[in-house]
Amino acid sequence: MFKILEKEVLAKGIKRINVKAPMIANKTKAGNFIILRIDEKGERIPLTVADYDRETGIISIIFQEVGYTTKQLGSLEVGEHIKDIVGPLGKHIELEGYKKVVCLGGGSGTALLYPKVKAFYNKGSEVIAITGARTKDLIILEDELAEISNKLYIATDDGSYGHHGFVTDILKDLLEEDQEIDLVVAIGPVPMMKAVADMTAAYGVETIVSLNSLMVDGTGMCGGCRVTVGGETKFTCVDGPAFDGHQVDFNELINRLSFYKDEEEVHQCRLDEEVNK
Amino acid sequence: MALQKKKTEMRNQDPTERINNFKEVPYGYNKEEAINEAERCLQCPKSPCVNGCPVNVPIPDFIKALKKGKIEEANDIIKSKNNLPAICGRVCPQESQCEKVCVMGAKNEPVAIGRLERFVADSMLDKVNTSADAVADKVSKEKVAVIGAGPAGLTAAADLAKEGYQVTIFEALHDTGGVLRYGIPEFRLPKKILDKEVESVRALGVDIRVNVIVGKSVTIDELFAEDYQAIFIGTGAGLPRFMNIPGENLNGVYSANEFLTRVNLMKAYKYPDYRTPVKIGNRVAVIGAGNVAMDSARTARRLGADEVVIVYRRSEEEMPARDEEIEHAREEGVIFKLLNNPVKIDGQEGRVFSMECIKMELGDEDDSGRRRPVPIEGSNWTMEVDTVIVAIGQTPNPLLTSNTENLKTESWGGIMVDDRLATSREGVFAGGDIVTGAATVIQAMGAGKKAARSIIDYLTSKEWSGKN
Ligand SMILES: Cc1cc2nc3c(=O)[nH]c(=O)nc-3n(C[C@H](O)[C@H](O)[C@H](O)COP(=O)(O)OP(=O)(O)OC[C@H]3O[C@@H](n4cnc5c(N)ncnc54)[C@H](O)[C@@H]3O)c2cc1C
Ligand SMILES: Cc1cc2nc3c(=O)[nH]c(=O)nc-3n(C[C@H](O)[C@H](O)[C@H](O)COP(=O)(O)OP(=O)(O)OC[C@H]3O[C@@H](n4cnc5c(N)ncnc54)[C@H](O)[C@@H]3O)c2cc1C
Ligand code: SF4
Ligand code: SF4
Ligand code: FES
Repeated sequence: MFKILEKEVLAKGIKRINVKAPMIANKTKAGNFIILRIDEKGERIPLTVADYDRETGIISIIFQEVGYTTKQLGSLEVGEHIKDIVGPLGKHIELEGYKKVVCLGGGSGTALLYPKVKAFYNKGSEVIAITGARTKDLIILEDELAEISNKLYIATDDGSYGHHGFVTDILKDLLEEDQEIDLVVAIGPVPMMKAVADMTAAYGVETIVSLNSLMVDGTGMCGGCRVTVGGETKFTCVDGPAFDGHQVDFNELINRLSFYKDEEEVHQCRLDEEVNK
Repeated sequence: MALQKKKTEMRNQDPTERINNFKEVPYGYNKEEAINEAERCLQCPKSPCVNGCPVNVPIPDFIKALKKGKIEEANDIIKSKNNLPAICGRVCPQESQCEKVCVMGAKNEPVAIGRLERFVADSMLDKVNTSADAVADKVSKEKVAVIGAGPAGLTAAADLAKEGYQVTIFEALHDTGGVLRYGIPEFRLPKKILDKEVESVRALGVDIRVNVIVGKSVTIDELFAEDYQAIFIGTGAGLPRFMNIPGENLNGVYSANEFLTRVNLMKAYKYPDYRTPVKIGNRVAVIGAGNVAMDSARTARRLGADEVVIVYRRSEEEMPARDEEIEHAREEGVIFKLLNNPVKIDGQEGRVFSMECIKMELGDEDDSGRRRPVPIEGSNWTMEVDTVIVAIGQTPNPLLTSNTENLKTESWGGIMVDDRLATSREGVFAGGDIVTGAATVIQAMGAGKKAARSIIDYLTSKEWSGKN
């Protein structure tokens, strides 16, 4: 059992939870994730370790309420418990050898991006962060990102804050102006990651994306998270979740993510019923 | 009394009924049936059956006690060699082990040793003998870590705890049992039975810590630093193999591991009460013919698939599953397309739509002594399916071995051990599927027992004369 020590609403439908998990805090590096199961009947879902403190043994997760499990998680209050948390899972990302890094986060993908920005910044790379969302209220972690980046850009689809448009617009300008960028890290909705990868390919800049495949165990045991990278089948949970964006078969990923659409809707109905009771 | 040639029948749940539920299929003997079957045992002085059993259960002895109605005594006799008899009685491939060499089997059907073992163990199940008293007066000896809560790990832990060692099991999943929980379905091994067995291991003082992946959450070196004096690795063979044919990543293609884990561990058969979904469709092809394939096929039937087809590249004779499972699958309407091999899966709108197979014939014997299947050119044909379940085998998961230094492994990933089950690292032992590749529950248990003995020897003598 993992007790919720702190909870914060970062934006509408985006929350942060802190729990004590010393084993995980002790071993996590940027890019690792955990799998949690809220209760006996719950699904196992993957979430990135957004932050960790080896001293106190506390880890943070930041999540967007998109379906049953994330909404249920969002409804838990400080003092309540999560039954199972296991990790750290996946490969951490390699930080060595990059002078200038552009990190892009879309929507709640910014939460997944945060630990990577922090890691590159602490490693001494020059970090340009770009975060975007549909509208101003959905921009998260602005202050936190400002603190750990050399420059922060913001974009909103509706122009309510920062650049009016997509994060990729800003990236394009940067790539045009600056030949020194040696790595782009993009995390967010699959179409956004695909757009970034297509763009950087034209400029020949190395690009890392973090994939959000459906998972069960997270240990390489089920193969449910498989993706095609460079023509080969990989398991996101053990070979990833970060991969070379120029090699990923995004269309296959989009298709695989849609497999349980109907079931997710069933959950949605049940959830609405339960909430309205 | 006239000799009864055949095994005493075991009553089963009716096939038309049982494909609608996940309740256990065979009901097990009642006392009368059990004693009747026990009477068939000839009490052979040489008792070849005992050697046929990988852990040498004293079969004639327990049957003798059972015949006299002394069930508790029979249970103690079995338990002296087999910690998990209620499980083995159900899932052992008896026809290739104890019952294979039973003298009765030469002319008639062998004694139904597995069924008798099940009867005895089930009768005693509610009287879990915690043996806690026996343990209490022993001094607490060194700390030992066991990695993996499958049959190998549970057995090693129990044997060590009985001798007074302080044992902690680290398990990656959120629950115990390994394949017994996530792989073998409820209708073959009710989880209530597994829970009882795990309870009795806990009652011996074993601390079980779930959600810990050794190699990720903690390393072997860190365990030694935490004062564990010896380590047993029983992490199984959990890595699914795929066929590497076009279309394998389409929606609707599951590894048997994923399919069974969703249904068994996550209880997707109780969806949506339990939240994990599984999608089965109407026409299902299961590739392979081992226990894993039969379990997948029978589970698919129960989840409502109209047509479930086993596709296997060899013939009837080579099917590795237990005879009983094959028979039960047939009774449940599973169709067998033998001597066929899938070559391609086609999709429509991203979902499996059909599978192309090629017919096979048996050629010369291969290294395993089985006749090698060879494709018959031009014999391709296509079946319409909406789900494909790949059950062609598992190999050891490299998560632990690749994160542990100086632990020697075979090219296929298995951990190398000597005849004491000692690995190439001092104080580290391994057994079960992680050493042998996918095998059986009883072999994994046997390895757990052997490793426990070796660990005790090592901790007593503190000498590591490993050959590795
Ligand atoms: C390695 C990894 C790390 C992740 N880290 C984070 C994180 O830090 N914060 C966060 O908010 N989310 C993260 N995700 C995504 C998160 O796991 C999903 O949002 C979650 O599983 C949805 O569960 P649910 O029951 O709430 O929604 P569901 O009912 O399962 O789904 C609701 C909607 O979300 C979509 N969806 C379902 N699963 C995913 C998925 N894996 N990725 C994207 N969309 C999905 C569905 O298509 C559907 O539209 C991560 C995913 C992976 C694989
Ligand atoms: C579907 C199916 C049906 C089967 N049917 C039969 C049958 O009828 N009869 C029979 O005799 N055999 C059967 N088998 C085979 C039998 O189940 C296995 O041989 C046996 O379970 C092996 O036991 P084990 O303890 O070595 O490994 P497992 O049962 O695989 O247990 C290993 C455990 O270790 C855990 N683990 C793995 N890595 C780590 C790590 N790094 N850290 C912590 N924990 C870890 C796993 O989560 C798992 O719980 C079947 C197998 C399957 C898959
Ligand atoms: S453990 Fe298995 S092989 Fe041994 S006697 Fe029992 S059923 Fe037979
Ligand atoms: S070989 Fe068969 S008949 Fe003989 S003792 Fe063993 S079980 Fe009984
Ligand atoms: S989640 Fe099961 S193998 Fe990756």
